[in-house]
Amino acid sequence: MIKTNKKTPKNIILSLENVSISYGTFEAVRNVFCNFKKGNITSLIGPSGCGKSTVLRSLNRMNDLIPNCSLKGTVLFDGTNIYDKRVDPVEVRRRIGMVFQQPNPFPKSIYENIAFGARINGFTGEMDELVESSLRKAALWDECKDKLNDSGYSLSGGQQQRLCIARTIAIEPEIILMDEPCSALDPISTLKIEETMHDLKKNYTIIIVTHNMQQALRVSDMTAFFNAVEYEDGDGGKVGYLAEFNSTKKIFNSPTEKTTQEYISGKFG
Amino acid sequence: MNSLFYQKRLSRNIGDKFFTSLSVICALIAILPLIFLVTYILFKGGSQITPELFTLEPNPPGDDLDAGGINPALIGTLIITTIASIIAIPVGVGGGIYLAEYSKGGPFSRFIRFGVNVLAGVPSIIAGVFIYALIVSTKILFGSMYSGFAGGMALSILMLPTVIKTTDEGLKLVPNELRYASLGVGASMYTTILKVTLPCAFRSIATGVVLGIARAAGETAPLIFTALFSYYYITGFGDLFYEMGSLAVLIYNFALEPYDAQNKLAWAASFILVLSILSVNIFSRILAAFTEKTKRV
Repeated sequence: MIKTNKKTPKNIILSLENVSISYGTFEAVRNVFCNFKKGNITSLIGPSGCGKSTVLRSLNRMNDLIPNCSLKGTVLFDGTNIYDKRVDPVEVRRRIGMVFQQPNPFPKSIYENIAFGARINGFTGEMDELVESSLRKAALWDECKDKLNDSGYSLSGGQQQRLCIARTIAIEPEIILMDEPCSALDPISTLKIEETMHDLKKNYTIIIVTHNMQQALRVSDMTAFFNAVEYEDGDGGKVGYLAEFNSTKKIFNSPTEKTTQEYISGKFG
Repeated sequence: MNSLFYQKRLSRNIGDKFFTSLSVICALIAILPLIFLVTYILFKGGSQITPELFTLEPNPPGDDLDAGGINPALIGTLIITTIASIIAIPVGVGGGIYLAEYSKGGPFSRFIRFGVNVLAGVPSIIAGVFIYALIVSTKILFGSMYSGFAGGMALSILMLPTVIKTTDEGLKLVPNELRYASLGVGASMYTTILKVTLPCAFRSIATGVVLGIARAAGETAPLIFTALFSYYYITGFGDLFYEMGSLAVLIYNFALEPYDAQNKLAWAASFILVLSILSVNIFSRILAAFTEKTKRV
């Protein structure tokens, strides 16, 4: 039942093959080929409307929740096309977790925020330990160990976002997707989250969408630059595409594409 | 150059004053009926309240007799409203969940939303006639005709749109981010609705349900066709399938009697009915405030 793609090298955990995503008749992103390496932090950068968030959400089938959103092509995870009709999106999201742009803790206690995901995933071990280790991994334990029963909303924005990361870690996913996790946060919280990401790299693969090029440079091993252009066969709107994908060093020091060079030097965006 | 100071005689300032006072007057007039109605009923009915009122059966109308109490009608209203709630709350909340969470705005859900709005506008007497035709005249319920059960069904038709609408609207107010959060940690739709969205919307749903109950409890017309009226104590489960008294119908019947004792009983029943609907409304406010508080902790 599980189709193994022998061409995919072992250290590739997720790969996009000729993926195009549309909202209704509007095509958001076209013909993306991309391989994400295990244990890496990969950042997706690009101007607004280039489809990077759309691509990120497609990686754990969050796009299913948006009406009219459709995907062509294959997203291979663990040798399986996650858009296969037989695939259960709930199972996909258990193995590929997501942290959103706005911190969105549940209106429950800090403890329950973390226990919720673990419990519905059938976790039977010691819950207190899991909560502690998840909070430690997200670098939040010291700040909230004395108020685990307080509401998640009582934390500051940056702490809430780290709580959301802890909540995602608690379900032991293989990949963590982050959709501009720091865009709503102040610089100090941003720095903390970036430190957290560095620690998480040991155990998880992280894919992050960011508007902040310095952040991409600081945290990621690989960078994918998305751009948007008008296609001749399109309806006049811009369609996103993957312009360049390489190691972060290469992208920022010697990009091969002219548009990449222009974008990272701040000529447009 | 105009002075920067406020000038009373400027036409725009006069107009402003005029419309402010006009709207204040309209607001006062709007609240007047409630104040008069409540004080009148308090005055007319409050003086009739005695302990026997709650324990006795009403006596058959006749001059110079003591009118008795309203115990069967009070219990009847409780039973009929409970039956209505048992039918309308699960169906209504379930339907609201479908509309807000599962439907994708297709023709089917638009049809249901439209239907619910139409149902909300159906005169209550039509609900009574409908249940009369469906249950009472066909004797479909174990051969019984007028019954408390039929009354409960008629009232459930009136409760249903309120419950569906408030569930739908309450769930729609829950931010989508919370659903994403839950689905993002691998929860199914079912877990998400049960553990995350429904608890968040509990307050508005509960308020809607309580308001629906309050509306149903005061209805008369549908009960005249379905539960009719009874003078006798409700003694057992079997009484559900016979004529059952209710406060609203008691008021309707006894207010029309030519005898003073019965009229007074009707006033007393009005007092009890208004008071209980008022307290149900206040209860819904307390419920709202309470859940608000627990949510913030």
